[in-house]
Amino acid sequence: MDKAFYVCTICPLSCEVQLEIEPDTKEIRKISHNRCPKGKDYAIKEFTSPERTLTTTVAIEGGIHPLIPVRTDRPIPKPLMHDIMRVSAQVRVKSPIKMGDIVVENVLDTGANIIASRNM
Amino acid sequence: MKTIKTDIAVIGGGPAGLAAALAAKEQGAALVTILERNEELGGILQQCIHHGFGLHRYSQELTGPEYAQRFIDEVETSDIDVHLETMVLEITQDRVVYAMNAKDGMMRIEAGAVVLGMGCRERTRGALRIPGHRPAGVLTAGAAQRFVNIDGYIPGKEAVILGSGDIGLIMARRFTLEGAQVNAVVEIMPYAAGLTRNVVQCLDDFGIPLKLRSTVVHIHGQERLEGVTIAEVDDSWNPVAGTEQYVPCDTLLLSVGLIPENELSLQAGVEMDAVTGGPLVDHRMMTTVAGVFACGNVLHVHDVVDYVSEEAEVAGSAASAWLQSEKTQVPDVTVKAGEGVRYVLPQSIDSRGEAKLFLRVTQPQENVVLDIGGLFQLKQRVVRPSEMIQVKLSRKILEKLDSNAITISVAQEVKAVG
Ligand code: SF4
Repeated sequence: MDKAFYVCTICPLSCEVQLEIEPDTKEIRKISHNRCPKGKDYAIKEFTSPERTLTTTVAIEGGIHPLIPVRTDRPIPKPLMHDIMRVSAQVRVKSPIKMGDIVVENVLDTGANIIASRNM
Repeated sequence: MKTIKTDIAVIGGGPAGLAAALAAKEQGAALVTILERNEELGGILQQCIHHGFGLHRYSQELTGPEYAQRFIDEVETSDIDVHLETMVLEITQDRVVYAMNAKDGMMRIEAGAVVLGMGCRERTRGALRIPGHRPAGVLTAGAAQRFVNIDGYIPGKEAVILGSGDIGLIMARRFTLEGAQVNAVVEIMPYAAGLTRNVVQCLDDFGIPLKLRSTVVHIHGQERLEGVTIAEVDDSWNPVAGTEQYVPCDTLLLSVGLIPENELSLQAGVEMDAVTGGPLVDHRMMTTVAGVFACGNVLHVHDVVDYVSEEAEVAGSAASAWLQSEKTQVPDVTVKAGEGVRYVLPQSIDSRGEAKLFLRVTQPQENVVLDIGGLFQLKQRVVRPSEMIQVKLSRKILEKLDSNAITISVAQEVKAVG
């Protein structure tokens, strides 16, 4: 049986949740070391399809600074973080931009938009 | 010299100053003036582009700029007077503020009350005394954050980060996402200083090693940083011979603590707390100088901006109330840090009202109780020095108090028999 460990980040107790995994089928057989049920869902999610909110910057013309901070408006698959960074690196926007304005729509077909984090 | 008269002068337009100014306005102050040295409002939040702000206040995770924008929008639609790129030079005991900027030159601002919201600054290499040369490439994590997130400039290609505070962890991820390499995060304590979530999402996600119980013992390179020597430390924080390891890098980021920025407060004659590094305050957030209030990181370093806003609102509205009637309740009870508690704020409260205490413990512990001056106890599953604890004291509880001091301490939980 393979083992995987995920530190649950939901509350300050930071349980190190342990998953026992069938080596061939990758099925989860046992979940332990979580001090509450939330840790179970957290570890399953981290094992099967971890997601993260990506925050970065894109170039802006005519703003008070050369960059404007942006974010994905929902979490994106963790393995796509670097690919989305390559997309945002190509983006140039023009001032004025309002917080929440869409900078890239449906980035890499994830269903998430990249939106501005502030007015500039 | 240009002279301005105002009711409330707010020093600093970061999260503390913004919330204090708005609260003062709401409490009825007619003239509120914010003095900010930067070119825009928002303070350090503008460079904290990651998310995780606002969970307590708005029940959602905002980025720093988004959190700031909400307050900036409110300030912009109010008649609060904002002076940007304005450096405050001096605050006197009778609440005269001297400031200057390129447009107005020197200004004399006569304020009814002053709210200090200058924030904090980062501890630098000088404070650590790491041996070695003084090459380029050694900078604080927050300075690097400004370069990367605002100015669009990555200060190096290969980094080591000393200190596992949240800014250090966040910058490890930022460097990695921007294509630089982070070889290690080095932490002298046996546990990370920042939030677990940041350890997971900023280090583990990218396979960046966290070296605990270790520190940087030498800096190599003449013109530009070439590498650092790291070593493990023993129980008295001394490097252990034989554990040295050379790690190449062109950038060393320091994330080793923040210091409240109180030069102006000291000039005004405000008394300081040696532990917090900030002013002594009462339940109104008023310092030992009448009419001078303090809030946010200038008072004590916070881990969550939501609490900064909350504290600043207390300071702002109290400043306004004090101005309208100087007879607002004066404190009559001293608050002290006992066993296991590093500090408690405010240092004095008014027993005839209600109070909210902010405190930090000395070390991480599980299953303990917080003893509130023998009045009551609060169970805590886990306490950590990095996470500030809030305790509310209701009017009813304070009525039971029969002394003029309250001591807050951490005790082991006593299990009831049976
Ligand atoms: S498993 Fe439950 S108790 Fe443990 S860290 Fe997660 S949320 Fe907290």
